[in-house]
Amino acid sequence: MTEITDRLQPAAPLVAAKRVAAEVPMIDRYKWFEKVGIYVGIAVFLFFVLAPFIEGFRVSLRPLDHLFSSPYVFWPDDASINAYFQMWQDVPLLGRYIFNSLFISLVITIVVLLLVVPAAYAFARFEFPGQGVLLGAFLAVNMVSGAVLLIPLYRLMRTLGLLNTYYSMIVPGVAFLIPTGIWLLRAYMMGIPRELDEAAWADGASRFYIFRRVILPLAMPGVMVVGLATFIGAYATQFIFALTFNSKSELMPLAVGLYSFFGKERVVWNELMAASFAGVLPVMIVFFFLQRYLVAGMTAGAIKQ
Amino acid sequence: MINSRSAITFALIFLIPATLYTLVIVAYPLVDTVNLSFTNAGLPKSYHWVGWDNYAKIFNSSFAMVIGRTFLWTFCSVGLKMIIGTAGAVLLNAAVPGRTLFRVLTLPPWIIPMAIGIFMWGWLYNGQFGMISGVLQNVGVLHTPFAWLAYGWSAFWATILTDVWIGVPVVTIYLLAAIQAIPKDLYEAAWADGAGRWYRFRRITLPLMRPAALTMSMLSLIATFNSFDIIWILTQGGPNSQTTTMIIDTYKTAIGSYKYGEGAARAVLICIFLSLFCLFYFRAVNRLSKGDSR
Repeated sequence: MTEITDRLQPAAPLVAAKRVAAEVPMIDRYKWFEKVGIYVGIAVFLFFVLAPFIEGFRVSLRPLDHLFSSPYVFWPDDASINAYFQMWQDVPLLGRYIFNSLFISLVITIVVLLLVVPAAYAFARFEFPGQGVLLGAFLAVNMVSGAVLLIPLYRLMRTLGLLNTYYSMIVPGVAFLIPTGIWLLRAYMMGIPRELDEAAWADGASRFYIFRRVILPLAMPGVMVVGLATFIGAYATQFIFALTFNSKSELMPLAVGLYSFFGKERVVWNELMAASFAGVLPVMIVFFFLQRYLVAGMTAGAIKQ
Repeated sequence: MINSRSAITFALIFLIPATLYTLVIVAYPLVDTVNLSFTNAGLPKSYHWVGWDNYAKIFNSSFAMVIGRTFLWTFCSVGLKMIIGTAGAVLLNAAVPGRTLFRVLTLPPWIIPMAIGIFMWGWLYNGQFGMISGVLQNVGVLHTPFAWLAYGWSAFWATILTDVWIGVPVVTIYLLAAIQAIPKDLYEAAWADGAGRWYRFRRITLPLMRPAALTMSMLSLIATFNSFDIIWILTQGGPNSQTTTMIIDTYKTAIGSYKYGEGAARAVLICIFLSLFCLFYFRAVNRLSKGDSR
């Protein structure tokens, strides 16, 4: 499996650390200038990735008036966490926006799992005519984006009377997360030994019983990864449907709700950034606890080339 | 057990929910798009068949420019993502202390809501007070503040840079996994024969990660070609339409001006281009798997 998750052994005391140092294979030893090069490279790379966060955090800590002052100073001498309190008053619905984001993502995740788990099982364990074509058709969904289908989706939502409801953001959101879910979970289920269900079958268990009592418990880690990936995906990409299908501010997810900080004359940048960090926090916490599983699941495709 | 008739029935029953859902929410709208693209549908409830008019209009307008711009935007962005992603993957693969932490720190742009990351970049590009303009002035590259999103060429590259930033984490982690899947004994054998680091990278890492790189560039190409949020939040296609890609133009035509028919025709063109990409991709994969033995 991937080494991306490797960590130092939790209970490895000094002795082990010394032994590791002695056993670093020759091929992995770097000359000092190589080491410097690697660290400088990583530093530049991570700076590119993290600079917007650093700057966003810096902005959230400064009073708005001081923000609009040239020349640019990096270290603020007037830091305050005022924006983190003021934002709830200036945009009273902010808490609601964050709740909406979480709520929409959660419902999407549940629906996706309900649809994907049986489908992945069917693809992983059975052979039926047209299987390859159907799987290919699901994957082809990844090709079209929500933006391309916006016009007929808008008409469909209007016909079904779903405009300006949570459903108008949940229903299309689910559709575009199904293919990846099927793909990941199918790969995971194919890794469960067939002997297990065959043994249960020989003992007279029904197909549904095998699915529920043998496969599902064993596939739980895979289901978790797919659920997590779906949640993060749903949380990250709820912009275009919310922008187009919903105009009720009390139903807006954070991505669209943040526009409340764009005033007529100026953008309240410090509170915008503070609100962004508040909205990022829930998903960051989930991610940092579960990142090992997520990364392992998402990269499975790269290894099984 | 696995391909008796009752097994097939069981499998099909399990597939019904996901298939039905996808048919209603993706397949039907796709057919409807093609259908609408031949009509003059708009705000009024009634509309009629207009044949190829919408397509004719597209090619009479400045849409050829938009198509060219979309391709340039997409290829620059995907190219940069692949280059930076490969560099990142190789660096994060190096056996140095702290690498687990570095790998985790790569992912935040991908985890957070896209819109939030884009708002942050919106600030960075701010002319008077933004970080990029500010730092460049402090260093002395710029003498006056520069509003990156206010001019066509700089807005074009600014939106690309933000797209690269959002795409790089996934590319990096995917390619890193591909590099780690390369058997270690290949490197050891080459090392024992006296091959240097650069030589090993060029002759082992690069060729063996090529299939994964091809897959990733394809996935990235599709996502980038469809990229909407970034341009919409940063510039809404401006200034002077210099960042208007096909998807932005489709949105403006259909949702902004309520010309559903003309918008649908643009959407159909996008689908055709995406299908062509996939075709080329599968041909490339076939060639690659045949030529693997050399």
